[in-house]
Amino acid sequence: MTTTAAPTASRPVLRTKFRSKLPWGHPGIYVLAAVVVILMLAPIAYIILGGFRTNAQISTDPSGFPAPWNIGNYIDVLVGSVFWRQVLNSTIAAGTTTIGVVVLGLMASYVIARYKFNARGILYSLFAAGLMFPMTVAITPLYLVIKNLGLMNNLGGIILPQIAFALPTTIIILVPFLRAIPDEIEEAAFIDGCSRLGFFWRMVVPLAVPGVITTGILAFIGSWNGYILPLFILNNEASFTLPLGVQSFASQYSVDTAKVLAFTSLSMIPALIFFSLFERRIVGGLTGAVKG
Amino acid sequence: MSPPVGRRKMSWATRIEIALLVGPALIVFLAFVIFPVVMAAYYGFFRWQGYGPATDFVGFQNYITILQDPTFLDALRHNGIIVVLSLVLQGPAAIVLALLLNRKMRGQSIIRVLIFVPYVISEVVVGTGWSLMLQSNGALNGMLEKLGLGFLQQDWLSDPNIAMWTLMLIITWKYIGFAVILFLAGLQGIPEELTEAAQIDGASFWQIQRRITLPLLGPTLRIWAFLSIIGSLQLFDLVYIIWGQYIASTAGTSTMATYMVANGRTSGNFGFGNAVAVVLFLISLAVALIYQRFVLRRDTDGALTEKSSK
Repeated sequence: MTTTAAPTASRPVLRTKFRSKLPWGHPGIYVLAAVVVILMLAPIAYIILGGFRTNAQISTDPSGFPAPWNIGNYIDVLVGSVFWRQVLNSTIAAGTTTIGVVVLGLMASYVIARYKFNARGILYSLFAAGLMFPMTVAITPLYLVIKNLGLMNNLGGIILPQIAFALPTTIIILVPFLRAIPDEIEEAAFIDGCSRLGFFWRMVVPLAVPGVITTGILAFIGSWNGYILPLFILNNEASFTLPLGVQSFASQYSVDTAKVLAFTSLSMIPALIFFSLFERRIVGGLTGAVKG
Repeated sequence: MSPPVGRRKMSWATRIEIALLVGPALIVFLAFVIFPVVMAAYYGFFRWQGYGPATDFVGFQNYITILQDPTFLDALRHNGIIVVLSLVLQGPAAIVLALLLNRKMRGQSIIRVLIFVPYVISEVVVGTGWSLMLQSNGALNGMLEKLGLGFLQQDWLSDPNIAMWTLMLIITWKYIGFAVILFLAGLQGIPEELTEAAQIDGASFWQIQRRITLPLLGPTLRIWAFLSIIGSLQLFDLVYIIWGQYIASTAGTSTMATYMVANGRTSGNFGFGNAVAVVLFLISLAVALIYQRFVLRRDTDGALTEKSSK
């Protein structure tokens, strides 16, 4: 795939980057960029600002600014237990999914990338074929499987399928990464008496960190934002994750637009923080560059 | 790859290592991805309400019903429109943005992050926000009124002539950031020497982009188009959240996936729902195979020959 390259390729780029400050671009580019960014952020600003208004303000002037600013909606949401319970559920689901995907994906990718055996190609194709089965297609039978396992209304019932469906992407990203580790390192480790598994722990895991972070973030955000699976599996309000919570809140308080907007904007904060923390890793992981 | 060497070396210890390392991933994958898909194919032949074992075998009746149902054909047509419009609307815009943002300049990283923001926000938040903004007495119509453009006011969500375009606007807004980031990643793989050489030869910025950058970006573009097509065929979340399960078909935005949920789980016909899933899968698979055969072939040539040389 084009999106992954040898981890060593980025060194010269890194050096030139620190040598001099970047120049200013053409003003026209900034104007265009500003227009695009405003278009991208306006709907989000609408959600956040709307939460600071009252319903009376919203109904008299749907597109106005908060006047006066009103933090009551946000406080109502933050004081109540519903929001925090859903944050906790989402965090548990996304965190466990991420750990599961990374651990299972890394182990499987290591075998596919660095062991030479007959079934290797088949194994890789099997996981890669998983890309052809998005969750939407499998959701009805998946629901039945989870029901038979007794995992309805249980976070485990969304964690296991999420791990399974995130594996193809993870393996496809990690395999080239692990293959790029030079054979010489492996040979040297073996000569020094390192076993294959020892090599895995001491060399492969640390070297794969950038790829692991990229796949981990993709899995985390995928789980955090996931909708169709929780929609089928979680029917009990106590087990709701944030996306279901936002939707049920929106239908429950459909007349209280301001409160819905406050709830909605609070629910997107965690994903935004998480993304801004790791943005370099996401973009860097896509380019295959090892940064920082 | 030189398999004979590997085969000679393989000991039982190695085999156990392989089993221990791949086993867990394989089990989870087979149990929650492959098995459900296989079961969908099985249940698709039954009239079955989801309780007890499926016994009422109806052969291809479910499939015949699906393919003769005008609401399904509408949904299929909508999916087709979404596939084409996604490519046409997002592709060129994302390429232009990526080309412009690929120049080394101050502020490029913050611009990239901000363009990517909608992609990171969940479909539910996006759907809820946009549907409040676009409702008849929502912010968009309010703003048009204030700007003196009241004659442009529309029922953005419920008017069947407009709803599809509204959906495309939201889809473009949500997913264009992903395309831009992907293209930027592809652009960084193009050696700077090529552009520099062309500059020395007197080529203009746009000439360089057209003659050098775009052709070299080909593989990235084709992968993006593939992901976009498959995503459009499977579209569910946004439509289901904004238009709900019943209004989507009257507004002209229903998709195969919303049809599947509305006629499968919601109405308790699990056999039928599974059959819809199979149809959806087969259509995606056919499109994917055709695309791979005719478009992606030259990109994957290396990978495939590597595999088949075993």
